[in-house]
Amino acid sequence: MKKVYVNEKWCLGCHLCEYNCAFANSGEKNMVKALKDKEIHPRIHVEEDGKITYAVSCRHCEDPVCVKCCISGALSKKDGVVKIDKNKCVGCFTCVLVCPYGAVSPAEGHAATKCELCLENACGSPACVKGCPNKAIVYEER
Amino acid sequence: MNDIYINPEFEVVRNDSRCIRCRVCERQCANEVHSFDADGKVMISDESKCVNCQRCVSLCPTHSLKIVKSDCRLKENANWQDQTIKEIYKQANSGGVLLSSMGNPNPLPVYWDKILINASQVTNPSIDPLREPMETKVFLGKKPSVIDRDCNGEIINNLTPQIELSMPVMFSAMSYGSISYNAHKSLALAAQKLGILYNTGEGGLHEDFYVYGDNTIVQVASGRFGVHEKYLMAGKAIEIKMGQGAKPGIGGHLPGAKIVGDVSKTRMIPEGSDAISPAPHHDIYSIEDLRQLVYSLKEATAYKKPVIVKVAAVHNIAAIASGIARSGADIIAIDGFRGGTGAAPTRIRDNVGIPIELALAAVDKRLRDEGIRNNVSLVVGGSIRSAADVVKAIALGADACYIATAAVLALGCHLCRTCQTGKCNWGIATQNPELVKRLNPEIGSQRLINLMTAWQHEIKELMGGMGINSIEALRGNRLMLRGVGLNEKELEILGISHAGQ
Repeated sequence: MKKVYVNEKWCLGCHLCEYNCAFANSGEKNMVKALKDKEIHPRIHVEEDGKITYAVSCRHCEDPVCVKCCISGALSKKDGVVKIDKNKCVGCFTCVLVCPYGAVSPAEGHAATKCELCLENACGSPACVKGCPNKAIVYEER
Repeated sequence: MNDIYINPEFEVVRNDSRCIRCRVCERQCANEVHSFDADGKVMISDESKCVNCQRCVSLCPTHSLKIVKSDCRLKENANWQDQTIKEIYKQANSGGVLLSSMGNPNPLPVYWDKILINASQVTNPSIDPLREPMETKVFLGKKPSVIDRDCNGEIINNLTPQIELSMPVMFSAMSYGSISYNAHKSLALAAQKLGILYNTGEGGLHEDFYVYGDNTIVQVASGRFGVHEKYLMAGKAIEIKMGQGAKPGIGGHLPGAKIVGDVSKTRMIPEGSDAISPAPHHDIYSIEDLRQLVYSLKEATAYKKPVIVKVAAVHNIAAIASGIARSGADIIAIDGFRGGTGAAPTRIRDNVGIPIELALAAVDKRLRDEGIRNNVSLVVGGSIRSAADVVKAIALGADACYIATAAVLALGCHLCRTCQTGKCNWGIATQNPELVKRLNPEIGSQRLINLMTAWQHEIKELMGGMGINSIEALRGNRLMLRGVGLNEKELEILGISHAGQ
């Protein structure tokens, strides 16, 4: 199955992926309207330690602990993609706590949010990959 | 000393109604122009540091930035122009030689733009390159003047080593040190895929790039940095660099700050030491001396590698080329005065040397007149900007062209002309690891391949229009060219007629 992978060697730490992610999942057609003066809740995060930078998003684990621990049945895995049903999510954030990659995060409102590979939004394929200026983020089979 | 006389040259114009404060501009500017003020939640610019490389402009996701030339100018004066006065201020402040990068930006004549190409109409058919074969392959090297046959009448191969190119363009010399590892890798990868050659420049060959040897020209310049037997054997050809179009008559100076890690190892000099290439080769003071070096290099490589001698286009270039053609060199490379550089004294770059178009025409004619044109192939560089320039150069008598500025542009260079600072935001002219990684060779090489493929299509189209189906038939075919707006002397030197004739 195709997944989002990050090559640390080429990650510039520009954080464009975070903004492209937030935009893609905003439902808006214009980035300025979507993100201007707003706190963003991207589903990919650039981890930084000094000069090392690395974007991290959901690994869509084979046996995802977030799905196992979800008390409301909001998290599920379908066709290899771990998804979250925000209507079911009660906001206990156990998933945020247990995800070994820190790839699930609290968002606005009560629900948690995570990468769904842009399959549900208008982008169609991961916006972080499309917008990465240095091909550090790729969407491929491995 | 902080110079109060120098105002910022550029203005950073931010359309604040679009800025989403993502701070990409801040993170991507190695010159530290942009910063974020957390209290006021606004982006701030320190324009005095801006070099107009436009990295921020390119990466801004909402296109809220533009860099414009500051209109804060000194009182207009046709003789003492703003730039001239600012240079006086700079030197009055520093006491130093002014440094510049890339090619001569002054409005001196570009003869390519005053030369027009012919096309077939009615009496001779043009050729459609999409339907008919069209040959862009060229071979560089000395061509035999006689056909030798054995006792059975079979032809004896008396051909000296040749360079085979899929199209008449090569990437010219840029050293590892002046440009980054990733820039070199992009060039090497692209040259291999395209079936052309790139050139190490005077920086040696990084051990990782020996695998691209068949697509590499290894350069031997006056500093002899990184030259050893394995290096000479690694390349497809060896180039002796006598001069460079951007700075004829002077050597090179790579500051110690750039001699780090692998650059130091590849150049075979200690870390932090300045790499100074002398102005002359200290063993070459005549054509005879040059001949000795040509044959030393041939001897060292068992006569398997063609030797290129690269010179800057200067006055009397025809006589110089005639000497080189008799020195045993297989190829002469001539670099015109608009050629690029990683750093050169401004006065030299802007005032020394001659246009490549005139140099090429003069050299080709001289070598023909003397009956030694077949001794050598001619490669020309110094601002070949498009496929049309290539076609015009071939028709003026070149065998192939060298491109470097066009190649680094394909890699993302925005021609801000501040290579000498080592803070290239595009990851090209820098050795800072955080900046070098901005150029992913996978992307870079593909962009170079795209550019060359596009040029090859255009060369074929232009040749087809003239009813010519191979580069061989175009070479030196000056009847295909006409000048516009040129005087008698210029036309005479170029060896072409005026448009309408």
